[in-house]
Amino acid sequence: MSSTAVAAQVRRASLKGSGVDVRGAVFQGLLALALLFSLTVLIVLLVDVLLRGLPVFAARGADFLTSEVVSQPSQAGVVQGIQGSILIVLIVTVTAIPIGLMTAIYLEEYAPDNRLTRFISVNIRNLAGVPSIVYGLLGLALFVGVFRSLGIGPGGNGRIVFAGGLTMAALVLPIVIITAAEAVRAVPNAIREAGYGVGASKWQVTRQLVLPSAMPGILTGVVLSLSRALGETAPLILAGAVLGSYSSGDKDFVEQLFGAYTALPMIIFGWTKESAPEFRQLAAAGIIVLLAVTLLANALAVVLRNRFERSW
Amino acid sequence: MTTVTPVPTGTPIEDRRTVNLRIETTRPQPSDALTPASMPVLRMESLSVYYGSFRAVRDITLDVRTNAITAIIGPSGCGKSTLLRALNRMNDLVPGARVTGKVLYHGEDLYGPRVDAVEVRRRIGMVFQKPNPFPKSIYDNVAFGPRVNGLRVDMDALVESSLRRAALWDEVKDKLKQSGMALSGGQQQRLCIARAIAVEPDVILMDEPCSALDPRATLQIEELMMELKRNYTIVIVTHNMQQAARASEETVFLTMGEERAGHMVEKGPTSEIFTNPKNQLTEDYVSGRFG
Repeated sequence: MSSTAVAAQVRRASLKGSGVDVRGAVFQGLLALALLFSLTVLIVLLVDVLLRGLPVFAARGADFLTSEVVSQPSQAGVVQGIQGSILIVLIVTVTAIPIGLMTAIYLEEYAPDNRLTRFISVNIRNLAGVPSIVYGLLGLALFVGVFRSLGIGPGGNGRIVFAGGLTMAALVLPIVIITAAEAVRAVPNAIREAGYGVGASKWQVTRQLVLPSAMPGILTGVVLSLSRALGETAPLILAGAVLGSYSSGDKDFVEQLFGAYTALPMIIFGWTKESAPEFRQLAAAGIIVLLAVTLLANALAVVLRNRFERSW
Repeated sequence: MTTVTPVPTGTPIEDRRTVNLRIETTRPQPSDALTPASMPVLRMESLSVYYGSFRAVRDITLDVRTNAITAIIGPSGCGKSTLLRALNRMNDLVPGARVTGKVLYHGEDLYGPRVDAVEVRRRIGMVFQKPNPFPKSIYDNVAFGPRVNGLRVDMDALVESSLRRAALWDEVKDKLKQSGMALSGGQQQRLCIARAIAVEPDVILMDEPCSALDPRATLQIEELMMELKRNYTIVIVTHNMQQAARASEETVFLTMGEERAGHMVEKGPTSEIFTNPKNQLTEDYVSGRFG
C-alpha cells in the first residue's frame, strides 16, 4: 500500500469512538485485583495473629516480655529470645555490614573490570540464592565447631550466640554486597568526573561523593539484611540455638553471652510444635514481639536514611 | 612520606607556573631555563590518544595561547572531547586509554614519570557538557575543591569570590545552603565554573559547556568566558560554530580520516579560520557544507 493510500485511509476514519478501551480496562482491573489479593492475605494474617496474641498481653502484660521460656504456658515468656535476637542483629551489624560494604565498594570502584571480577560478582549473586539451611550447616561445621574446639559454650559444646550471629552474618553478607554494589553503581559517573576535575583523589571521590550519594540505597539493603537476620529460623536450629524451654538461671550477662542462647523465631517455632492450645496463643504473642522488633529496626534505618539525606 | 605543594589562592599566574606538579619535594623547582617566556601554558607535541588499539586522536602538535580562548571545532566523533580530556589526564579514568607524544604544561610533560594526575587536574580544571553539580549545597559545591586540596583559607570569602567571578553570586547569595541541584541549567553550569575556579587553576577546559543550555544561558556563559580569560587560559570544545566565532581568539579544526582517527586540519586566529581558511576541508566545515 502506498503512503498516500495510507494517508487517505487515516483521514477517512472517523474521529468519533466509544471512548472505552476494553482491554485496557480489563488489565487495570486485574492489576487492582492482584493488589487486593496481596493486601487481603496480609490483613488476614495480621488479624489472626493479633486475635490470638493480644489476649496474652492483656492477661500478663509486660510479664510475657520478661519471663523465660519455661514449659508452663501460663509463665512462659520471650526474654531470652529478645536478648538473643538483638545480639544476633548486633553481631550482623558489626560484621556483615562493614565487610559487605567494603567488598561492594572494592568491586565497583577499585577492582579491574576483568573476567575474574565478573566471575566473583556472579557467584556472590548465586550465594544470595543459597537456601538458608545450607548456611546453617556452615554455621554448625565452622562456627560451632571452632567454639567447641575452644571449649566455649554450655558444657564446651560451642553453641553460643556468636555462632548463631556469625552464621546469620554469612547468610546476609551476599545481600549486603549486592544491594550496596547496586547503589554504588547507580551513582552517576558525572559526579565522579566532577570530583576528579577539581583535583580530588580517588579516595576523596569515593568517600565524599560516591558513598554519600549511594547511602540511601545502601541503607535500604541494610534494612533488608537485618530483617532477614531477625526472621530466619532454619540456620539457627543447626547453629545451636535452643529449641524448647530452658532457664538462664541467675547467670550474669557475660555468662549468658557464652551460655545457651535462643532467638525469637526459635521460640515461636518451638511453641507451634506444642500440643496444648495455650501455646498457640503464646506463639502468636511471640510473633507480635518479633514484628515489633523488626519494625523498630526498620524504622531506625529509615530515620538514619532521612537524616543522612538532609545533611547531604 | 610525600607532601603536596599547595598553591595559595590568588597567586599570580606567573608564580603558579613554578609550582611543582610532582608529589616529591626533593625535586628542584623548574627553573626559568626549562620554562622560557616563549613557552605557552600548554603545548601538545605529536599527541595521539588510543582507546585500546583504536587511535582516537592522531598526532596533534599545537600551542595553546595563554590568557585566550581556544576553540576546538570539528564534526561529531572526530576526537575533540578525547583531545580535551587528554590535557588534564581525565582519560586516565577510562580503562584502556593511553597517550603517546607529549602534553607540556609550562614545559613539563604531564605524562612524564611520577607526575600525579590529581595534581594535574587541580591546575587544569574542567567544566563538563552536562552541568554536574554535586548533590550538595551551593556553598559546599564551591568549597569542595579547596577542601579536598587542603587549602587553609577563609572559605566564606573564597566561595563568595568564586561565585562572583562566575557571575552567579547575586542570584544565589541568599540561598547558599540550598542544593546546587535546585538551580536552573544555566545557573548550574555557572556553579560548575565557580567550582572549577575555586581551586585557582590556570587552565580551564570546557567540554561543550553550553550544549545543554538555552540561548540566553549560553550567552551568559560566553560573556563569563570573555571575563575569565583575563586570568585563565581557556580551551573549549564546541559544536556550535557561531559560538566558536563569537567567543574565541584561536580556533583549531579537527576532522577524521578513513580510519576514524581525529587529526588536526588547521589552526589559527578565529577570524582567519572563519573568513579565510587555508584548507578546503575547513572551508567546507565552517560554511556548513559538511559535518
